Amino acid sequence: MTGAFVTEGRHAGLDPASTNTAGRRFKGPRSWIPAFAGMTACALALLATPAFAQTVAITGGTVALGDGSEPIEGGTVIIRNGRITAAGRNVAVPADAQRVDATGKWVTPGIVAGFSRVGLVEVDAVNSTNDISAANSPFSAAIDVAPAINPRAMSIQVNRAGGVTRAIVAPGTAKSIFAGQGAVIDLGNDMEPVTRARAFQFVELGETGADEAGGSRAAAHVLFRNALREARDLGARFAPVSGGSGAREPRADDQRDFPLEEVPDSRLMSAGATRSDDVLLTRFDAAALVPVLQGRQLLLVHVERASDILQVLALKKEFPRLRLVLVGATEGWTIADRIAAARVPVIANALNDLPSTFEQLAATQSNVARMRAAGIPVALGMINDDESRQVRLARQQAGNLVAIGRVPGASGLSWGEALATITSGPAEAVGMGGEIGSLRPGRRADVVVWSGDPFENGSAAEIVLIDGIRQPLDNHQTKLRDRYRIAPEGDLPKAYER
Amino acid sequence: MKLSYAAAAAVALLAGCAQTDAPRTASAQAPRTPPRTYSRDPFPSTYKAYPGTVTAITGATVFDGEGGRIDNGTVVLADGLVQAVGGADTAIPEGATRIDAAGKWVTPGIIDIHSHLGDYPSPSVEAHQDGNEVTGPVRPEVWAEHSVWPHDPGFSRALVNGGVTSLHILPGSANLFGGRGVTLKNVPGRTMQQMKFPGAPYSLKMACGENPKRVYGGRNQMPGSRMANIALMRQTWARGAEYKRKWDAYERNGGEMPGRDLAMDTLRGVLAGEITVQNHCYRADEMANIMDMAKEFGYKVAAFHHAVESYKIADLLKANGVCSAMWADWYGFKMEAYDGIQENIPLVHNAGACTIVHSDDANGIQRLYQEAAKALANGRRMGIRISDEVAWTWLGINPAKALGIGDRTGSLRAGKMADVVLWNGHPFSVYTRPERIWVDGALMYDSADPRRRPVSDFELGQPGEGDVK
Repeated sequence: MTGAFVTEGRHAGLDPASTNTAGRRFKGPRSWIPAFAGMTACALALLATPAFAQTVAITGGTVALGDGSEPIEGGTVIIRNGRITAAGRNVAVPADAQRVDATGKWVTPGIVAGFSRVGLVEVDAVNSTNDISAANSPFSAAIDVAPAINPRAMSIQVNRAGGVTRAIVAPGTAKSIFAGQGAVIDLGNDMEPVTRARAFQFVELGETGADEAGGSRAAAHVLFRNALREARDLGARFAPVSGGSGAREPRADDQRDFPLEEVPDSRLMSAGATRSDDVLLTRFDAAALVPVLQGRQLLLVHVERASDILQVLALKKEFPRLRLVLVGATEGWTIADRIAAARVPVIANALNDLPSTFEQLAATQSNVARMRAAGIPVALGMINDDESRQVRLARQQAGNLVAIGRVPGASGLSWGEALATITSGPAEAVGMGGEIGSLRPGRRADVVVWSGDPFENGSAAEIVLIDGIRQPLDNHQTKLRDRYRIAPEGDLPKAYER
Repeated sequence: MKLSYAAAAAVALLAGCAQTDAPRTASAQAPRTPPRTYSRDPFPSTYKAYPGTVTAITGATVFDGEGGRIDNGTVVLADGLVQAVGGADTAIPEGATRIDAAGKWVTPGIIDIHSHLGDYPSPSVEAHQDGNEVTGPVRPEVWAEHSVWPHDPGFSRALVNGGVTSLHILPGSANLFGGRGVTLKNVPGRTMQQMKFPGAPYSLKMACGENPKRVYGGRNQMPGSRMANIALMRQTWARGAEYKRKWDAYERNGGEMPGRDLAMDTLRGVLAGEITVQNHCYRADEMANIMDMAKEFGYKVAAFHHAVESYKIADLLKANGVCSAMWADWYGFKMEAYDGIQENIPLVHNAGACTIVHSDDANGIQRLYQEAAKALANGRRMGIRISDEVAWTWLGINPAKALGIGDRTGSLRAGKMADVVLWNGHPFSVYTRPERIWVDGALMYDSADPRRRPVSDFELGQPGEGDVK
């Protein structure tokens, strides 16, 4: 990117076990500190008790379901056992429900960060804390970010306080066009952050991919095809073996219907047969691409330029089982009809409007709405410098996509559509729309009560639930704020104030 | 007390009157004596305001940029200047173009005190990396204006989406002494000089903390530590003071002309009060060191930039009269940003210290009004009461004063430059965008008129040319 110190910080010269969370629902009581003013003491007390076997009704607020529909004034949300059971208008409140009065507030599903690196890094410029990419690793596609997620990372605490409840977390590329396998995580205050490990493979096929492949897009494409060939050859010879995390574990507690298969750790497939000498990939890397080739694992592809997008869509002709998601697609609006016809979802940057690279010459803030209008399912992601720390800005970005609709000649989203781009949109893009990202019945109860319209610059998250569990919103930053409310020391040094 | 030529020129520069450079002024006054100084302005502004019409905006809510608010206000623009700002009874000149702004807001154009547009333009390719002279930690001789590419598409986005009418282009922060910054009017030009804010003082960009020590320490050069940052800065200021003494004496008494050193020219300008100091600094403890160093050598820091820990020493900043130019919510991208908090801006304001919202970013500059809004709301949430109109000083008169142009722009006052934004809603709302923008009274953007939207040379013939960006 740009020089090391230019736009300070964001370009700060950086060189740069599938644990489903069902268990969380059965946790005991937890303590938390009300970190905000404005909620009634009554409301505070209600959710302080565990969500176990409990019904909660959030009443009186402006409820937005996150499915693209417009907000409902005076709506009700019912949560039972960590799941949404009903939301909307004219919802009956069960007699045993604990009530949370959200009058004057807004209630939405938690924000789902559409493309992020949350939990993978503590301080970007401090290499020892940065697990985004691995320039000196012998592996690429085989890399699985799940073990690197730190649920206590400051970025998780801060973005949780900002109303982000889930995130799609992708590794970054270093020496190969393949970055490895990303995860869907929650931002809850517990030690089990991974909602779905190995949810997708991430590959770069634009300018970055060209660079990683040795210097050209053509090289990236041949490298990609070679990799899938090696995966095909390997997949034909090997069968998964039991043991390690490669085993398919029974999921008796989990009746959920995932549209995609839970992907076993392909790296641990039997090594019993020999491979051809004519290979470039390590065995682990080739094995990791088998589920991609078979359509059992999503392939997220980062491209920006219109012609690059079309080349990616064309891959489906050669590899019909690929399940593609486009990431970036800044020039997508110029070929929106063709993306729509391919029925491929897009995770886009909201506000790119500069030709910051030659693959983004057509950048405009109207991109998302124009793609949406063409029928493309579009979600917002942070394919920029905010991906590790500032996914909480997604709601501001969504609001801006509404705002631009008022500018003559531009294209904007409706309010409900904009909310969907940061809730159900990303969830659906990774095949988890039945599980997270909306307040429709059956979804996990990731719910945020906001002080007002969540897109507005003045609004803040006041209550955050993940799987129905109320989350603490205090963190390093709020404690610094409280310590330095008045800058000068009192009777003792600042180090004694907390 | 007798003013030297240099001091007289400086006064004239700061007053915004000297569009010709010092020697010519001097020679006109003393034709028989060759000038005993050097030009302070060898790349003079050729900016000319574009023609405007007499315009009256009526019925608007006006934030005047100095903390004032007028409901159902009238703003009259003519001859490039604000003619009147007042209530509904404000006299409107005959023949004025009237704009009914009921339900809309009017503010002075936003001023970004920290931008690299033109120096790190789009597209962000290697050939465009012109903002850091990373060949030595002390480079006060380089001037950011000589890297400005006027065709950077970012200027137009800052105007049209951001309502930014003046901006300060700084060198980067690789160096302790990064070079001179330049203030531009956000009006497209074929040359940098055509954009250059007439009479605005230069700045000296300085940097403390991680960047200089990382860049040079990584090469086994000084500075490789924070203590070396300060040591090398002090050594350089000592050189600057010596240079100033020699040149001051020569300009006063004549004799042998001292050798010319462009780097020291800049330091001399700072020590003479002609050039402001804009100091990149994150940590509170380092800002305290810098303020002591400034006292030691007799200069003043106008503003600390980024200043993510200003909230820890807001009292000290107030006592020293130093501004903080800040983001609303950036944190954690580097070690010295680890303690960034969302309430930094309102806490600094609440302590009575000068508060500025800055961008340092080609995207952020398009939403400074939203950054201010977030900071304001975060402050209110912790009980700090600040009105909307007072918060607009963070985007208006405060950055203008810190750049030495507070007498010309940054607020809506009769006689000041008619740099004005008409917003289509409350300018702290996420749903609001500029509707029309005037710079020196000329209409440079009208959302309803595609011909009143700048399109850079770079974008001609490219996909999306002239699109609403």
